[in-house]
Amino acid sequence: MYNGNKLSPVLKGVLVAGFLFLYLPIVSLIVYSFNASKLVTVWGGFSTRWYVSLFHNEQILSAVGLSIRIALASATAAVVLGTVAGFVLARFKRFRGSTLFAGMMTAPMVMPEVITGLSMLLLFISMQQLFGQPSERGFFTIWVGHTTLCMAYVAVVVRSRLIEIDKTLEDAAMDLGARPLKIFFVITLPLISQAIASGFLLSITLSLDDLVTTAFLSGPGSTTLPQVIFSKVRLGLNPEINALATITVLIVGIMVVAANYLMLNAQRNREKAIAAAMRENENAQAGPPSSAVSSASA
Amino acid sequence: MMEAVAAAAPVQTGVQAHNTPYLQISGIFKKFGDNVAVDHVDLDIRQHEIFALLGSSGCGKSTLLRMLAGMERPTSGRIVLDGQDITHLAPYDRPINMMFQSYALFPHMSVEQNIAFGLKQDKLPKGEIESRVAEMLDLVQMRKYAHRKPYQLSGGQQQRVALARSLAKRPKLLLLDEPLGALDKKLRQQTQLELVNTLEKVGVTCIMVTHDQEEAMTMATRIGIMSEGQLLQVGTPGEIYDYPNCRFTAEFIGETNLLTGMVSVDEPDHVEIDVPELEGRIWIDHGITGPKGMQVWTSIRPEDVRLDRKPPATPGVNSARGTVVEIAYLGSYSVYHVRLPSGKVIKSMVPSSRWYEAGEEAPTWDETVYVSWRPDLPVVMTR
Ligand SMILES: Nc1ncnc2c1ncn2[C@@H]1O[C@H](COP(=O)(O)OP(=O)(O)OP(=O)(O)O)[C@@H](O)[C@H]1O
Ligand SMILES: [Mg+2]
Repeated sequence: MYNGNKLSPVLKGVLVAGFLFLYLPIVSLIVYSFNASKLVTVWGGFSTRWYVSLFHNEQILSAVGLSIRIALASATAAVVLGTVAGFVLARFKRFRGSTLFAGMMTAPMVMPEVITGLSMLLLFISMQQLFGQPSERGFFTIWVGHTTLCMAYVAVVVRSRLIEIDKTLEDAAMDLGARPLKIFFVITLPLISQAIASGFLLSITLSLDDLVTTAFLSGPGSTTLPQVIFSKVRLGLNPEINALATITVLIVGIMVVAANYLMLNAQRNREKAIAAAMRENENAQAGPPSSAVSSASA
Repeated sequence: MMEAVAAAAPVQTGVQAHNTPYLQISGIFKKFGDNVAVDHVDLDIRQHEIFALLGSSGCGKSTLLRMLAGMERPTSGRIVLDGQDITHLAPYDRPINMMFQSYALFPHMSVEQNIAFGLKQDKLPKGEIESRVAEMLDLVQMRKYAHRKPYQLSGGQQQRVALARSLAKRPKLLLLDEPLGALDKKLRQQTQLELVNTLEKVGVTCIMVTHDQEEAMTMATRIGIMSEGQLLQVGTPGEIYDYPNCRFTAEFIGETNLLTGMVSVDEPDHVEIDVPELEGRIWIDHGITGPKGMQVWTSIRPEDVRLDRKPPATPGVNSARGTVVEIAYLGSYSVYHVRLPSGKVIKSMVPSSRWYEAGEEAPTWDETVYVSWRPDLPVVMTR
């Protein structure tokens, strides 16, 4: 693999130190989640009691449930809206205000979340005063906030993928008799499906750990997981949180590994198929192609 | 290989010799902003014809083709195909299919699915689709590869799949944009004949675009020369080569010597043109349509220019003296570049056997020679 420059010992040391700095806290967090002692910094023997108590903690369980529901709902909405926006950005000729549109699409990514959250809160409050809706802050308002944030990311990912794809594929489909809407679903969508999938996963992670926007948009009965963790940690370190964090790390780890595996597998299959095709081509060239001709014309 | 296909195929030659053209393009004009891409093109295409549009880069060939396919809307003009006005028909409603330069095969579909795509849009019954796909796979000899994905195919194979896909719907008109442009030179020459054979076997009417004049000459029954959005000349390969009607065509198709002059004698049976670059006259043994005193251009092909050591019988008429400045030896013949006293360089293509038969040494650099030509060979052009 490392054919060429070997890392000098100094560089290696720096690398190790860097990784330790990043991952040691996480490792210690995992280790201490199995700590029998209630004190987070003193090892009191191995135990799974914090996991047991975690699964009996109604507050945490409902927060997990809410966070997952919000993440799924906003990732879904973000994928639909973000794909449409990305399509417009990539495929439509320049129209009046297209630069403004592109700028506004990506603004939520760079806008400080405090501003986005606050302005949305103000919007919802004045809407409530004017139309009486939304009657309270909770699932709906958080969902709107997260969707706004996530769709910007989806739009960017989808747009860059669409720009890569040869537009003549769509022309060819139209030439062969497919109408625009059909072309989108049968040709374009399959080709950008990976971008959409990664946009979806990205949206889920963005939504799952968002704290700032959520803080502005959540109401009394709707506390998301990051909010619970944050408020608990403020009251002092708690081994239950360690257990919760460990489970989160585990789930995220599994997701990342699975995604990597799927992608690598697809690539390996592709390479295998290409190799097989090359071999067959060589064989075909070695033998005279006339047999194929005579069988075809017979 | 070619013989096998040709023998098995009942070549449909002019089964219906209609007088009305199959495809009528009249006054087609296209502007992109202020930029004129296609400038009032009129063109009639006969059924079963293989027509090649030839021209340099950016002259509007693709734009014209895309207007026929419906992908681009003409600013003005009319297109009538087989009696139907299709000018404003959407691409998906036209009985026309196109083969793209990049092939545009759908990467997520197999060869078979690619070919079936157009048939599925027509909602044909399943059995019909299957049999037509099989027929197309046989036509382009790709049956073995039916389940491959496009990225598993070589360039030539992809080209054949693209052809099969564009023929599957049995279009009334097939459009080919640089059909062999993505292949390397050697494969291209081999594929030219294969492609023509397939097209003739199917009997489809075609318009192809190319900027390779050899390709156009080999494949097409007629050629249209385009420049800056205008269709300058239409004719068979022979007509275009032997009788170019303008300077652009003369220089674009093959090599030629172009001489600028003024008509000095204009008789019904002969014409004389004063050419300052020759310091003499060109004498042509037939009349032309142009008055005395008119500026004209004369094209003389290098193979029509004779090279001699001895001065010609009529000095100053259809001949000139010069020195050899360059010799390109090309096997069976050589091309001599002869510089005249005026500085003009005349190219002469001389068969290698010429000197051997005359019992002479071939002329070398800096030798004084005479170039001359027969009075029936120069072509006079007024634009
Ligand atoms: N969509 C477009 N918008 C603006 N101008 C265009 C567009 N398409 C083509 N043109 C212009 O129209 C002219 C003709 O282009 P076209 O693609 O038809 O050339 P071509 O003959 O096919 O050239 P090539 O051999 O390089 O493919 C060019 O000047 C080009 O810049
Ligand atoms: Mg082109």
